[in-house]
Amino acid sequence: MAKLMQARTGGLALLALVLAVSPLSFANAYYYDVAVGALFNAMICVGLNLLIGYGGQISLGHGAFFALGAYASAIGTSRWGLPPLAALAGGGALVGLLAFALARPILRLKGHYLAMATLGVGMIIYIVLKTEAQWTGGPDGVGVDPLTLAGFTLDTDRQWYWLGAGLLLLVVWLALNLVESPVGRALRAGHGAQIGAEVVGVDTSHYKVLMFVVSAVLASVVGSLFAHKNGFITPDIAGFHRSIELVTMVVLGGMASIFGSVLGALLLTLLPQFLAGFDDYEAMIFGAIMMGTMIFLPKGLLPSLLALLKKSFGGRS
Amino acid sequence: MAELLQYLFAGLTSGAIYALAGLGFAIIYNASHVINFAQGEFIMIGGMATATLTAAGVPLPAAALAAMALTMLVGVALEKFAIEPARDADVVTIIIITIGASIFLRGAAQVVWDKEFHSLPPFSGEDPIRVLGATLMPQSLWVVGVAMAVIAGLWWFFNRTLFGKAMLATSFNRLAAQLMGIGVKKVLLVSFALSAALGAIGGIVVTPIAFTNYEAGIMLGLKGFSAAVLGGLGNGMGAVVGGLIVGIAEALGAGYVSSAYKDAIAFVIILFVLFFMPNGLFGKKGVDRV
Repeated sequence: MAKLMQARTGGLALLALVLAVSPLSFANAYYYDVAVGALFNAMICVGLNLLIGYGGQISLGHGAFFALGAYASAIGTSRWGLPPLAALAGGGALVGLLAFALARPILRLKGHYLAMATLGVGMIIYIVLKTEAQWTGGPDGVGVDPLTLAGFTLDTDRQWYWLGAGLLLLVVWLALNLVESPVGRALRAGHGAQIGAEVVGVDTSHYKVLMFVVSAVLASVVGSLFAHKNGFITPDIAGFHRSIELVTMVVLGGMASIFGSVLGALLLTLLPQFLAGFDDYEAMIFGAIMMGTMIFLPKGLLPSLLALLKKSFGGRS
Repeated sequence: MAELLQYLFAGLTSGAIYALAGLGFAIIYNASHVINFAQGEFIMIGGMATATLTAAGVPLPAAALAAMALTMLVGVALEKFAIEPARDADVVTIIIITIGASIFLRGAAQVVWDKEFHSLPPFSGEDPIRVLGATLMPQSLWVVGVAMAVIAGLWWFFNRTLFGKAMLATSFNRLAAQLMGIGVKKVLLVSFALSAALGAIGGIVVTPIAFTNYEAGIMLGLKGFSAAVLGGLGNGMGAVVGGLIVGIAEALGAGYVSSAYKDAIAFVIILFVLFFMPNGLFGKKGVDRV
């Protein structure tokens, strides 16, 4: 019982339960479609949170890594006839290398300079994807074949849901373990007091580079999946908005909270669905909710909720 | 030669706008260490309000003043209701708040106005001026001239007036300034009003050249941020130089390299500078405390 109360086991079990039960409330394929979008975002955000929440670094460019994965799959499978998994892995490897090459000079920067640099990298990738039309189809986008694994083609949103749910559980489990490992402790030490951590022998920049690469590769892999699922991609998925959206999900859910990222991704993916009826007022309400949440719950939704729960149950846990 | 001159004219014009936007970032950053991602929306509101007022028959100077007043009001409201309550929040949290504000303002503009493009007639005709084989639009002179006047005015304000000096003092050391009796809260409010006014002025003078719509502020805001970072955050002159560099590099890149990569060129330069000078061209080196 005590073990169930821990975030690692209890939280994971709860997440699995929610993922297994939610489809009961899905009335039609559209629900599955939106849910798969939320699952994809959740995976990226869990990775991004390792960088932002635990590593203390901001990235306004992860949308571009997501897009690179998507385009790697699109170009790899339809142009070069690669098997989908090979294209996915190739895209991931490429993004990993790119992130690794960029990480040292970029992560040396601090605060707003880092925000600017990651924003710049993202914008450059976005513009390249938009301009190199002979490869990417330009602003009009490019079609992608459905995902075929070992002769089995995933062509319904329901199949994608179960694949996404399984992968999200895996990603969350890995992230939870990583955070509790020496790597995670080193990261948090570096976040809390970088020089302090360095003085006692923690190579903080090494771990930040690692998290940058891990989160970028994860975004790329999810991008590949998204391309196959969606069947069509445009450069807009690399845009500033996409990157901002991802960071917002992380911060809204709660920095340094793995499950918070899942919650943040879920809410921000669903929110436009609820606001669709407000037509012209949609953007205003969306912005107001973003501002309001951050002003009143600066620690993010999940940590604030947990703190509230703890308070009302007399702080026993 | 004529070609180069032509590109330089274009670069100086957009550079002047980026400089104004960059100054807006720098002033707010100095007063509060906040990066205001809604700076581009100040530019948009200034342009949109002036365009609709003049279209309704209000004379340009009155419309421009009213648009500035409206934008300053928005800036003050942003500080009062969104930044002030979140004073102690994390840097990333405040970034998200200002991005939320920019989405909110874009949405509001879409409701108040529409999604169409709006324009203003040039302030003094459309007869191009010929200079050494290149043509210069009179409106470009307005843009550069107004930007120079504003920059000179700001220099005077920060170096010669008591309140300007108080604002500078706050940026150097907030606590010490407070202990000297400077109303730090007022400094914050004024910095937002001032940045909003700068944005509005930029928006008004540029609208006859580049049309404006509810999304016009996004790119201008990002370029302004680029200018401020390139020059070194919080350094006013740095922001101006950064803005001009970004503007001229873009124009030259668009002319000689590829117009499709125009926007990318600015970002490549910034990355390059930041790799070698992590605090921008004229930024102070930060000191880490354990």
